[in-house]
Amino acid sequence: MNERHVLVVFPHPDDEAFGVSGTIAEHAQNGTPVTYACLTLGEMGRNMGTPPFANRETLPHIRRKELEEACRILGIHDLRLLGYRDKTVEFEDEEELADRIAAIVAETNPSLVITFYPGYSVHPDHDACGAAVIRALKRWPKEERPTVHCVAFAKNCEQDIGQPDVVRDVSSVIDTKLAAIRAHRSQTEGLMQAASKRGDALAWLKTERFWTYRWDD
Amino acid sequence: MQPIDTAAVQEALNRFANRDVYIHLETTNGAYASHHNEGFYSVGAYIRNACIHFTRGKITGPGPYRVGLKLDLGWVYAEGLTHWEWTEKGQLLLAGHDDQGKLAVALELSNEPFV
Repeated sequence: MNERHVLVVFPHPDDEAFGVSGTIAEHAQNGTPVTYACLTLGEMGRNMGTPPFANRETLPHIRRKELEEACRILGIHDLRLLGYRDKTVEFEDEEELADRIAAIVAETNPSLVITFYPGYSVHPDHDACGAAVIRALKRWPKEERPTVHCVAFAKNCEQDIGQPDVVRDVSSVIDTKLAAIRAHRSQTEGLMQAASKRGDALAWLKTERFWTYRWDD
Repeated sequence: MQPIDTAAVQEALNRFANRDVYIHLETTNGAYASHHNEGFYSVGAYIRNACIHFTRGKITGPGPYRVGLKLDLGWVYAEGLTHWEWTEKGQLLLAGHDDQGKLAVALELSNEPFV
């Protein structure tokens, strides 16, 4: 659990909240510096509230503030906003995207990188983000690459890539995690209300699962 | 955003007629539609900051509403609009939200490119 530096790379504000924020909070509490590179501002998010409190033009500003608040709660002091547009990541130049990520890797020298498992993360931005991280890290000799912990939730992921090999109980920081989720109010309010009605939210949120990326070269 | 007031939206549409206008048009089911429901055929389309010129814009329907913009050589059309807003920058924002408030369609007009 003792890392030199943790680099988190996700495409949307709130991608860190549900599956990873407990792990992030634990690292931060251990004194490990955490950098979060967030590719977009989630401009295409669909949750606008009832009655709507956001529109297509104000949503990025709202989500940026929510993200900054979530980072404050989690103890992330280094937030990088890469400025891509939500839902367009897969159409970007793959080498250029990898260049941007490689520059952050070179600068922060992480021992652990957390991202989405390419091909098993449902949203095209998620898959493109994970693929860009892998592409960037392949520029380093295999033995010098940081460990990569991937989040996956496609229906076929356990069938294809097996069970997650890192299963972390984050009960000790669950209040911090819930606060981070709530910070992304525009996107998570409805979901959390639905989950609390079902009563299964806490059990689900207390466990975070990762697949250590296995290099194919 | 406010529930659509058709008279106010019609007046706003008229302001954009017969000039160059930047448009944002989007429909979406969300990226998770097929994940949550395997049989769901997910589609979406998105265009932002295309410059158009329309001679007539009209809002119709009993609500949710439809807006059609008649171009010199074609049409722009959006269905399922429920809410509207007139911004400080003089932009007309129209959106259609489902019963959970999720955005399903957006049609926006501006004299300047959207940022």
